[in-house]
Amino acid sequence: MLNSRIFSIIRKEFLQIVRDPRTLAMIIIMPIMELFLLGYAATTDVKNISMAVWDQSKTTQSRALLDAFRAADYFVLEYFVGSADEYQALIESGDTRVVLVIPPDYDRRLVEGNAQVLMVLDGSDASVGSTALSTARLVGQAYSTKILGEQSQLSGRGAPSAPVEVRTQVWYNPDLDSAYFNIPGVIGMILSFITSILTATTIVRERERGTIEQLIVTPIRSWELIVGKLMPYVILGFIETFEILLIGHWWFGVPIRGSAALIIITSGLFLMSSLGIGLFASTMANTQQEAMMTVMMFNLPMIFLSGFFFPIAAMPKFLQFVSLAIPLRYYLIIIRSLLIKGVGFVAIQSEVIALVIFGIVIMGAAALRFRKRLD
Amino acid sequence: MTDYLVNATGLKKSFGATCAVDDVSLRIKAGEIYGLVGSDGAGKTTTMRLLVGALLQDAGEVSVCGYDILKQSEQARSQIGYLSQRFSMYEDLTVLENIRFFAEIRGLSATEWLPRSMEILEFVGLGKFVDRRAGQLSGGMKQKLGLASALVTRPRLLLLDEPTTGVDPVTRQDFWQLVIKLVSQPLSPTPLPQGEGQGVREQSEGVSVLISTPYMDEASRCHRVGFMKAGKIIAEDTPSNLRARLNGRVLELRGSPINVLRHVAHQDEDVEDVAAFGDKLHVRIRADKSDLIINRLPDEIKAAGGTITNLRVIPPALEDVFIALSESSHD
Repeated sequence: MLNSRIFSIIRKEFLQIVRDPRTLAMIIIMPIMELFLLGYAATTDVKNISMAVWDQSKTTQSRALLDAFRAADYFVLEYFVGSADEYQALIESGDTRVVLVIPPDYDRRLVEGNAQVLMVLDGSDASVGSTALSTARLVGQAYSTKILGEQSQLSGRGAPSAPVEVRTQVWYNPDLDSAYFNIPGVIGMILSFITSILTATTIVRERERGTIEQLIVTPIRSWELIVGKLMPYVILGFIETFEILLIGHWWFGVPIRGSAALIIITSGLFLMSSLGIGLFASTMANTQQEAMMTVMMFNLPMIFLSGFFFPIAAMPKFLQFVSLAIPLRYYLIIIRSLLIKGVGFVAIQSEVIALVIFGIVIMGAAALRFRKRLD
Repeated sequence: MTDYLVNATGLKKSFGATCAVDDVSLRIKAGEIYGLVGSDGAGKTTTMRLLVGALLQDAGEVSVCGYDILKQSEQARSQIGYLSQRFSMYEDLTVLENIRFFAEIRGLSATEWLPRSMEILEFVGLGKFVDRRAGQLSGGMKQKLGLASALVTRPRLLLLDEPTTGVDPVTRQDFWQLVIKLVSQPLSPTPLPQGEGQGVREQSEGVSVLISTPYMDEASRCHRVGFMKAGKIIAEDTPSNLRARLNGRVLELRGSPINVLRHVAHQDEDVEDVAAFGDKLHVRIRADKSDLIINRLPDEIKAAGGTITNLRVIPPALEDVFIALSESSHD
């Protein structure tokens, strides 16, 4: 029987949440804040890189090359300089990251078929540098092929075909928009952070304020107390999931391709882990502050090892192994697959099983440690 | 079923190296007010917490209304109302929300809790404050709310842990009137819609109260008093029997200068202790020495340059007994 005692606790808990502006703000505003922060600021898409040009040739041919770079959408041709000192100053001040140097004999050597241009890159920001590098190479290659074709046509031999042509197909996220990747991750992060912190502090608060002593003396059983205390945060966790999903979908255009039922069920499973961590932390803390710190101690390494920021495949073997014990890792795979790829249960079944096992273990351990007593 | 509402035997509880409760046995009859007195750190609160099962004892057994507090904790606790020393209602909930919460988790149904809560709030005098947040109540009102919450399920046993500490004298008086009313004329049973459930029980016998207090005037209102010291109950009796232990052994001494009186009295070989009670002294003496001392002391004081206005045997106060007991186990 989901009895009236449990309902009483749930109602009391909601009353307290509604009356505590700090908790309320954390529940409603924090997900939106994180969503927009990670949706915009934390984008790893490199676009509009500032570029300086030293065009020593100043011919139709050199201008055609610049147009090719403009068309690539990755570079903004912001500065036109006249000396090496000038562009060095621009790179040092950080005003520009890429410099294209076209030599004076560019047009002549282009006809001879051995034209060279110089690309100078600021490598201090590795992600911008590497994107600029590969994009510049691609632009150069494409432009070469194009010129080769034009020259062959002029000499009447017809358009040659390249010996190997790599044709690409990007599935699920053709524009490689990083919001597709980040926003499902935010759901995982919110669910693990907010719910575990809130559950830990709500339980410890009873101890800190002494109300636990009154609760102990009532006939309520331990499990009823646990269920009653956790239930509101299960409900809030789902509300937050929907909140992020809707904003992610309508504002950031993240698709929801998988089945809603699977999303809800797997999110519920992941919630069990987060609540378990919160409950476990609450058994180790005597003040709300301690509880908060304990939860953070669990959560921070989990976030970094989950594959949220850094790909697990790029980690050293040892850390990859550690990440196997992190529920967020599985949930991220699940929620990204469900939203973006729209897969069915079979594709994610091993991750679901991992979540179930972790949830049962941590909940069980926490429930065993949880004592309806003062000592 | 035993005749005792509380039957605790051989309770022991240590925190690390400190033995907080050491072999305490306690029996409380139906309708009895039992006072647990002792100085801070004597083990009163720990004893109470053991009796309600909030702490797990190292040894010993507790039964409440015949139910073992550990093995049948649900049944036992449904008979208990407990007011802890620290305010333990939810400050962010209103008076009525608090009462409702504790009424419901202690098993009152949706139809029962409201009339019962209103009745009990009227009884303790909080009827006008139902919508006030508990955190905004005065100290005395908070204690009354705690009492109301403990009483709302009509428990047979009420445990009050220093309910009047830090409360003004008028409110203390009010509080005691409530407790005495509760024991002598219990709350009239409200006719319940379904005439069954745990709400109906033998109300005629009234509730039993176990109250701990540092105040001797409060201890003297109890039917029986247990003196706790260093985790043990070192004396247990009715207040008059306890006082009778010192019959003829307490003298009242007035005069001036009071320092001289005190000093001289202390020097007397048959005087055990001198305690100041405002402008007079209570001199505790060895048994059967009162005549001797009443003859001897005035001369000694005169010789020391003091004057006596009054020296006589008085009926001992509970405080005298308490002080005597506190010292007795020093040796």
